[in-house]
Amino acid sequence: MSDRPIKLERDEQHMFNVRVMVAGVFILFALLGILGRVYQLQVSDYAKYFDLSVQHYQKRIPIPPNRGQIYDRNGVLLADSHTQYVLEVVRDNIGDENGDGKSTLADVDLFVERLGTLIPLVEKDVRLFKTQARRFKYQPIPLRGNLTEEEQAVLAVNAPRFRGAKVVKRMERYYPLVETASHVIGYVGRIDARDLERVDKIEYTGTTHIGKSGVEAAHEDRLHGKAGFELIEVDAHGKKQKEVGKEEPVGGQELFLGLDINLQIVAENLLKNERGAIVAMDPSNGEVLALASVPTFDPNLFINGISQKDYSALREDPGRPLFNRALQGTYPPGSTIKPMVGVAGLIEGVITPGSRVYDPGFFRLQGQKHAFRCWNKKGHGSVDLKYSIQQSCDTYFYDLAYRMGIDRFSAGMRQFGFGEKTGIDLPAEASGLMPSKEWKEKRHKRSWFPGDTVNIGIGQGYWLATPLQLAHATTIMANRGVRLKPHVLRGVRTARNQDESILKPEPFPSVEAKDNYWTLTIQGMENVMRPGGTARSSGDGASYRIAGKTGTAQVFGLAGGKYNAKRIAKRLRDHALFVGFAPADNPKIAVAVIVENAMGGGGTAAAPLARKLMDAYLLQQYGENMLKPAGAVVHQEPVSETPPADAEKTTPKKKKQGGE
Amino acid sequence: MINSLLPSWLIVALQRVDAVLLAALSLLIFLGLATLYSASDGEIERVQRQMVHFSIGLGVMLIFSQISSKTLRQWSIWLYGIGVVLLILVLLIGVTKKGATRWLYIGIDIQPSEILKLAVPMMLAYYFSEKPLPPRFIDIVIALVLVLVPMLLVMKQPDLGTALLIATSGFFVIYLAGMSWWLIGGAITFVTVAAPLLYFFGMHDYQRRRVDTLLNPESDLLGTGYHIYQSKIAIGSGGAYGKGWMQGDQGHLDFLPERHTDFIFAIFGEEFGLVGNLILMGLYLFIIWRGLYLASKGEDTFARLLGGSLSVSFFFYLFVNTGMVSGMLPVVGVPLPLVSYGGTSVVTLMMAFGIIMGMKKRKRIYQRDG
Repeated sequence: MSDRPIKLERDEQHMFNVRVMVAGVFILFALLGILGRVYQLQVSDYAKYFDLSVQHYQKRIPIPPNRGQIYDRNGVLLADSHTQYVLEVVRDNIGDENGDGKSTLADVDLFVERLGTLIPLVEKDVRLFKTQARRFKYQPIPLRGNLTEEEQAVLAVNAPRFRGAKVVKRMERYYPLVETASHVIGYVGRIDARDLERVDKIEYTGTTHIGKSGVEAAHEDRLHGKAGFELIEVDAHGKKQKEVGKEEPVGGQELFLGLDINLQIVAENLLKNERGAIVAMDPSNGEVLALASVPTFDPNLFINGISQKDYSALREDPGRPLFNRALQGTYPPGSTIKPMVGVAGLIEGVITPGSRVYDPGFFRLQGQKHAFRCWNKKGHGSVDLKYSIQQSCDTYFYDLAYRMGIDRFSAGMRQFGFGEKTGIDLPAEASGLMPSKEWKEKRHKRSWFPGDTVNIGIGQGYWLATPLQLAHATTIMANRGVRLKPHVLRGVRTARNQDESILKPEPFPSVEAKDNYWTLTIQGMENVMRPGGTARSSGDGASYRIAGKTGTAQVFGLAGGKYNAKRIAKRLRDHALFVGFAPADNPKIAVAVIVENAMGGGGTAAAPLARKLMDAYLLQQYGENMLKPAGAVVHQEPVSETPPADAEKTTPKKKKQGGE
Repeated sequence: MINSLLPSWLIVALQRVDAVLLAALSLLIFLGLATLYSASDGEIERVQRQMVHFSIGLGVMLIFSQISSKTLRQWSIWLYGIGVVLLILVLLIGVTKKGATRWLYIGIDIQPSEILKLAVPMMLAYYFSEKPLPPRFIDIVIALVLVLVPMLLVMKQPDLGTALLIATSGFFVIYLAGMSWWLIGGAITFVTVAAPLLYFFGMHDYQRRRVDTLLNPESDLLGTGYHIYQSKIAIGSGGAYGKGWMQGDQGHLDFLPERHTDFIFAIFGEEFGLVGNLILMGLYLFIIWRGLYLASKGEDTFARLLGGSLSVSFFFYLFVNTGMVSGMLPVVGVPLPLVSYGGTSVVTLMMAFGIIMGMKKRKRIYQRDG
């Protein structure tokens, strides 16, 4: 019986019919079971449920939680909530407005129109109100916020004519520091239909605002809290009879950012009248100490829907204040990445600490005529890595990148975080671009040329990075390979746990390199700040040791002529960049600075800002005495030729490149 | 006369549609639209959108009724394979809403678990049609694996409701294929023992709360229990004859955000009473019977197993939904078939009925070798 090779159609049909009949009987009984249950509800217990339905409607009134505050690392308040008077309407209580005997959406339109003659209404709010009115018939829906005392009085006098409308006290957000750090803090705005799709509708029924950008959006879950509910019994007229139950709301968490607001203010002031970004991080834990993008904007404008006029002004401002340059701006990193390239070259064995390259003032691919020029036309002569960093010798890095090849180069720079999002807890971060062979073939339908690799070697060409990525890569340098995820949220305090709990930094795989590789490269960066270095004037008189690197990003390629910042239009001037950390022997702060279309190169336009920021942080935080004096201990390397501090930028006569 | 009004291809196509089943379905659809109109507070736009869903559904039904069991059989492996791959993609790169990762973004968000509701019974029907029946033990084990793979993938999203529906659609095929009564008895005993274990060790907190709420709804009046409690009041206050169409008031309170979808049965019960429920259940029973009848007239084993399983699944949706709304089963997001508002549910159900019609033996019009 067990092995029957032949399938018998007739047997199978018969068995199927039996199975179907058994299933049919089962189904019949199951549906009878349901009907039995319905009989129990509708006939046996009819009286009970009828009473419940007629005498007491139960209503559940949501109580919105208080949104958590946001503080900086020292407890300075960045985002707070204050009391505000809001006009709310319960649709069911409007009743029959047009007198056709039914309460419908047409009545809502009429009601709103009538209210509009009493106090001014905002069209956007009205639209949102009507969308919500379709959905919620028995819940209060906000129609107008920010009621003045006069408006409240007018409404109070006319209350009998507007059954269903009620003025209530609500907590509303405001940002006391106005334009400071607005790109980090972000703002809340009225909940719209798109927000409703991604949140728990029940949790948000009483809530009117939600995080739209910055920390407010990234940490919405923490800030919102948990809604409470009041369960009340009402009579047939909707009047409250008694409270049946109540669940108190739980307020949102209080957030402490890693941001030092004093340092943030210094950073924003340094960029005053410029366009640019400064990112400062604590290398030991990945906390963002300052993240400035200038110009900034006033987040308070957005809370109750920004007016068309204000919005156009922000949109049409050529400085693009809404654009967060630190996170979303992608720039060619220029020479700032030379130390990281040096470490990658050492790891791969393309160069050694002692290996030298002869720089005649240009680099030429074998058999090709085109010369890739070093900024110093006379050439630096025979140079090693340390000296090439100090002098920002282009030829050395052309040669290094070419011999390394784009694949290994790209992989090495990815270890420093280039070409991918850092994963910071802020929305809308750009990933920048670390070009590869595959990328170019896909994007430009052309194969990768060795010349492309040469340009990449000095941070030009297709390579794009955000200021945050540069600061992140600089922390990896400062930490000698240890890579931590940048983050702005430092700690939280909850209603239950009053102690501020500090979040642990999230580690990435480290960049593994021999200790002397780091030492050598960092020494090169320290020499940048000393006589003979490209940022020597910014290193002058520092009471602590600084490691840094200047850079210039081309906006406009000149075919042959000499670059002269004064003679070309401001928008076409180069960007000035600087990265660095201090104290070099015990890093407390890592900084990336970019000044768009600057009047000078990295050495004159960006490095001084970084120095002032470091002074502001370190001298205030640790005092002069805790830091070692710089000049006394360190041995100076003799430098044959002292370039003008700004020389680096008088160079490039490369072809027009991407990334402007 | 009518013949001259319609193009000939349509007349041929219409011959595959089962008129009896179509008539019963139309009646149900009509009842559903009337209830939906009431549940939407007279908002006609929503009813119009649902009518669009039904029009698409009828078109899809017509198309699928043309497909023979032989053709559908060949699709089984592909549909199942693609479905499982999509489920894996959901876990890797899916779209997350409200804590559940169920969607893939391809211009719009699609929910691949819907495909498996059809693909799993097709795959199993295909598998058993190749084997001697009643199935050997090893075949049942393999079939169970074919069910468990997509089921576990969907549970991981997490979407317990859909996972349950996918699993049962597979079990029905195994049952109809002739799994021995002894094994069935053993399995039921096992589940009875395993259920408490699952409750204590295998559930998310929110799922456990739902079960708690079911066992004692009054204990959680501020949360899920509130919905069940209110829907019981709505049904119960309808009484034997109901409050009349558009006359219900309980159901129109804001107690349910889903009163036109999952909880529409409460509105129906309140307005049409026990009499209405008797008619509704009678109509459903008739549709299920007709589906099973058509399945038993199926072309071959694959046709019978697939048609039978889809019919029983239709019953199962009905049972889970009405059981939930009347407070006998836990709250699982399953719509009342062909009554609840929702495009996906309407179109896939109509597709299933198209398939059931298509499974019926074809009359031999041409005797090739005769």
